[in-house]
Amino acid sequence: MTGYDLVELAVRNLRQSKLRNGLTTIGISVGVASLVAMLSLGVGLQQMATRRLAGSGLFDTVFVTSRQDFRGFDREDDAKTSHPEQAPILDELARQKITKLANVTEVEPEIRVMGEVVSGGETHFGFVAGLPMSARVNEAFDNLQGKFFSTNEADEAILLTDFAKELDPKNPSALIGQGITLRYGERQALPQDPSGRPAIAGEENTANNGDDYGFSVVRKLQKLRVVGLIDSEPYGGMRTVSRGRIFLPVGTTERLNMAQFTDMRSSLRGASTKSYMTLTVRVKDPGKVAAVQDAISQMGFRTFSVLDATKSLRRFFTVLDLFLGIFGSLALAVATLAIINTLVMAVLERRREIGVMKAIGASDQDVKRLFFTEAGAMGFLGGVLGILLGLAIGKGINFGTAIYLTRRQLPAEAVWSMPLWLVGAAIVFSIVVSLVAGLYPAGRAARLDPVETLKYE
Amino acid sequence: MAAAAPPFSVAASNRVHMSSSPATKAVSAVRTENVRRHYPMGESLIRAVDGVSLTIEPGEFVALLGQSGSGKSTLLNLLAGLDRPTSGSVLVHGRDLAKLSSEELAGYRQNEVGMVFQAFHLIASMTTAENVELPMRFAEVDRTERAQRSRESLERVGLDNRLEHRPSELSGGEQQRVSLARALANKPSLLLADEPTGNLDSRTGEDILNLIRDLSLSLGMTVVMVTHERALAERFAERLIFMADGRLVNEEVRA
Repeated sequence: MTGYDLVELAVRNLRQSKLRNGLTTIGISVGVASLVAMLSLGVGLQQMATRRLAGSGLFDTVFVTSRQDFRGFDREDDAKTSHPEQAPILDELARQKITKLANVTEVEPEIRVMGEVVSGGETHFGFVAGLPMSARVNEAFDNLQGKFFSTNEADEAILLTDFAKELDPKNPSALIGQGITLRYGERQALPQDPSGRPAIAGEENTANNGDDYGFSVVRKLQKLRVVGLIDSEPYGGMRTVSRGRIFLPVGTTERLNMAQFTDMRSSLRGASTKSYMTLTVRVKDPGKVAAVQDAISQMGFRTFSVLDATKSLRRFFTVLDLFLGIFGSLALAVATLAIINTLVMAVLERRREIGVMKAIGASDQDVKRLFFTEAGAMGFLGGVLGILLGLAIGKGINFGTAIYLTRRQLPAEAVWSMPLWLVGAAIVFSIVVSLVAGLYPAGRAARLDPVETLKYE
Repeated sequence: MAAAAPPFSVAASNRVHMSSSPATKAVSAVRTENVRRHYPMGESLIRAVDGVSLTIEPGEFVALLGQSGSGKSTLLNLLAGLDRPTSGSVLVHGRDLAKLSSEELAGYRQNEVGMVFQAFHLIASMTTAENVELPMRFAEVDRTERAQRSRESLERVGLDNRLEHRPSELSGGEQQRVSLARALANKPSLLLADEPTGNLDSRTGEDILNLIRDLSLSLGMTVVMVTHERALAERFAERLIFMADGRLVNEEVRA
């Protein structure tokens, strides 16, 4: 029998007992819907987590420090550093080399200094942090009031809303567009005597570059224009005490030569060039982090990224998907029994018909394939209906969580997402499951002895 | 029907002539050799067919007669390839059915045999035309040819005005005609009829048998009919074969 005839006969047979086959098909669709709803929930949660993590900016970032500096963060790594005193320094040259590495989009120093904003005769203390222009995509700016920095060296500031409330408790947003004065410490070369030597005696008073012996920190004032307000610190991570409250373009902080506490380290070293405590390296995509991290380690620096955290996260979601899938499959397993039951009933009812078909030339294979096709057709229909039902359930879940989140003043977010591959896979799976369920009834129909069935009556 | 008699007897005499010289022996339509069909029922063994040797020549109209339980239907099913012999052989056009695989047997039923039953066995959900087309579906006959052949078949049985009717809308005689048209659909050389008049009144039964005999003559089809109505068998069949307890007990050649 040709495929077309097979499908036509199968559909005709299914329509003979509409109620029974309809109920079975609905059973399958409920099974598929529950499976799809569960898996889509898993996918949605995973997407939400990934979105969150990508938004946090931590997953495409490598933190680089010199092995000469602070130790003890990573004892295992420390043990590998046999001669820390010979390790390279994180200076301008190293920064340029890292910038040239493949897949590196940005290398910026981590700048964090103490500052004071002078306003109405009062001073307000806060940590000042430099932000690269790429920070614009960070999730902290999702709720930005006002604008982002115009350039990397603009005399502009973005304030944390809490800090702005300190400055203007009544109407913090009125600060946007206003000027503020920032008081900070500038790192300056030591004053020189007429011979070109530092005026302050150091360990060896021979060189002519003042910076060789240390530097002085001088109080400075800088006028800045407030361009925006944000609620949380970008790349805030786990910082507690030193949480930034005043944000400047990182270029501006470098230009102003703000003195950081970590500068103490370079004053001890006595190096003629300025060095960085920490460089923050941004990578094109999280998948390339490991490679970049390797390349920087090869240069002799200590690196850190949260790559390992993503690994365990992926494992968590695989397990979650597995469990959701198992729970979702339970309903489909029940539907499988319904298919078997329906088809066994059909075989019993159509005994005589099967006998007639065999008598007029149907082979055992034809009969088997006919019942298989009927099972497959119910599976296909159930699959399609199940997807629609699953979509409805998903919309319901999203709608429900949106209401729940909004009530708690949290931004609504889709926790449920049905990707196209899941739609296809669910229909194929539904057909395959139905075919497997059809194995026994179809085999039974094929084995029917036509002589016996025609004797009936 | 008298006009049909001369070619009939000519054919019969040819047969006698041919079987008398073994060197030029033509292939018989049906030949069974010591065929047995036994099956267990509880403790005992039922010998439904118990050593039947029988030869039927092409174009012959043979009636199998006997009491119920005499084994005539079992023998018919063996000829139809619906059942397999316990021992012995069943040769149809020289091919031993006992040696065919179940797929090959299905092919044999598709192309070489047409079957008509006492209970008509039409598929209730299908129209007349669809019922006739069904065996052609299994034989994978092209769709347009199928429609044409089904119409032709129904024309032969005089039912081409009932194409879209369901079996339940037809009289018993009409249903048996549809079943006959279905049996003819794949142009078989052997027509097997199991009590074709059993569910019909005597007039309608006669009509059906007239039709079968005409078709047998015009299409050169061999007919084997199981019946217990001796009078009808004597009127239409060329040869009467009597069975009892699974064995051939008597044979009468008419015409």
